[in-house]
Amino acid sequence: MNYFDKDLAGLHADLVAKKISAKELTQATFDNIKATDPQIDAFLNLNEEAALNQAAEIDQQGINANQPLAGIPVGLKDNIVTKGLTTTAASKILENFKPVYDATVTEKLANAQMITVGKTNLDEFAMGGSTENSAFKTTKNAWDQTKVPGGSSGGSAAAVASGQVPVALGSDTGGSIRQPAAFNGIVGIKPTYGRVSRWGLIAFGSSLDQIGPMTRSVKDNATVLSAIAGHDDHDLTSSTQAVPDFAADLNDATSVKGMRIGLPKEFLAEGVNEDVKAAILAAADTYRKLGATVDEVSLPHNKYGVAAYYIIASSEASSNLQRFDGIRYGYRAKDVKNLEDVYVKSRSEGFGEEVKRRIMLGTFSLSAGFYDAYFLKAAKVRTVIINDFKAVLKDHDFIMGPVAPTPAFGIGDEIKDPITMYMNDVLTIPVNLAGLPGLSLPAGFSNNLPVGMQLIGRPFDESTLYKAGYAFEQNTDFHLQVPTLGGQN
Amino acid sequence: MANRINREQVQHVAGLAKLEFTDAELDAFTPQLDDIIGMFESLSEVDTDGVDVTSNVSDQLNVMREDVADNWGQSSALLHNAPDAARGFIKVPAIIDESEDND
Repeated sequence: MNYFDKDLAGLHADLVAKKISAKELTQATFDNIKATDPQIDAFLNLNEEAALNQAAEIDQQGINANQPLAGIPVGLKDNIVTKGLTTTAASKILENFKPVYDATVTEKLANAQMITVGKTNLDEFAMGGSTENSAFKTTKNAWDQTKVPGGSSGGSAAAVASGQVPVALGSDTGGSIRQPAAFNGIVGIKPTYGRVSRWGLIAFGSSLDQIGPMTRSVKDNATVLSAIAGHDDHDLTSSTQAVPDFAADLNDATSVKGMRIGLPKEFLAEGVNEDVKAAILAAADTYRKLGATVDEVSLPHNKYGVAAYYIIASSEASSNLQRFDGIRYGYRAKDVKNLEDVYVKSRSEGFGEEVKRRIMLGTFSLSAGFYDAYFLKAAKVRTVIINDFKAVLKDHDFIMGPVAPTPAFGIGDEIKDPITMYMNDVLTIPVNLAGLPGLSLPAGFSNNLPVGMQLIGRPFDESTLYKAGYAFEQNTDFHLQVPTLGGQN
Repeated sequence: MANRINREQVQHVAGLAKLEFTDAELDAFTPQLDDIIGMFESLSEVDTDGVDVTSNVSDQLNVMREDVADNWGQSSALLHNAPDAARGFIKVPAIIDESEDND
């Protein structure tokens, strides 16, 4: 059972009509994961027994025709806590960690009767863009197993792209949903900051992190976002804004007619691969043909996003990761003589290289004598970047551009060069700094590797992005292409 | 290459972050951090005179609530995650150094 041929609505119809039971669907999902994951390495941990029991229970109650997600399998990025199910953040320091509570999104998916089949791989603590920073394994791109799947939500992206699950959740601090979605030819959204509760998301950069769905189509994505969004008393940065039924509005393939779209010249500047550029210019033409206006606009401070981000995100991470001290949970170093040893050795042995690099950068940026020049300066530049977006979005419905400057790169090609790796995020990072929604969707191919397009909207206006994404899908067939695994579809 | 951060400073920052590095790691890390901090310095090109700091992009203001204790009844599951526990407590090594040389 792969999920190449049916969207969520089709699966739901089959479940309601009893063409397949939730238990059969769940079992078929595990069978397929076991057959394909030796090539993809998307999953860190499967939840087989509990998932099959939950599916049997749902079958017994009967599939509710008004519950569009009932009985449908989902994968969760392994930095989203799941009660009683090992959650590692792909770090040795949490190798045996069993959460005592569910994240709000985990609970919301359970209430929607979705079935959590397992936890997907990521860069350790979501720090990286290739899953090569996972302490356990490197996930492979669904389209070419010598390429990275992107990251940090690379396991979730490859699982969806290879047909293992129809939906997976990821998290996005600087592009970690959108870039792997682009590298694997699927749809991913980083919602507006505050749209989805972060309760139970293992914290990286708290002012930047958001959880979002990764799916095969825009409509599927919209359906899942409505299910996980909303205010939560456990996360006081979560917004009290009403959550629309995002999918309900998706029925008009020409809904972009009359819209004004901004295409920032900086998004097509030097460093952006020619095939990527061509795909975005072709997409702009598609929108023009549908009756939209596409203007060249400018985000003059976009290039400073990477520097500001690596100061701010690393500073927040250095603070958030203080909790990993070898005392209450997680890895504790052996052969320690005193309490200081427990802290220093547990952390030094438990964290991987990239996590230590970020903790060091953050601690440096916050330290006496450097705080004003680095952290405060970055927090001011963040304001300047936000103002750039505000100016463009004042008279444009949304912004379009690439997700990443290149398609997926080779495993091992960039991992030794942190700055090259950091610069890959130049087109996604500013969206997190500004807290805006960003949608990534398939828009072309380059040497048989998918190319993604990014749509960036006003705060809490995911609806416009979904409408524009849906219109693009209805007029192109990039999202219908599927990878060949082991030479077979 | 400009020396924005030297080996001693890297060691100082590692101490603040409760991390330790071997000599070989320090040799590799120091120039790498120096390069990244060099990239950070591009921010000085941006005029931020009179610009406010953004520390948070949430649309929520401070939300106040009563501070009420809540018992989740999970102490044994919590202790199960601790590396070492006994009689309902987490065990840690002695706070005072027990090595022979106490200087």
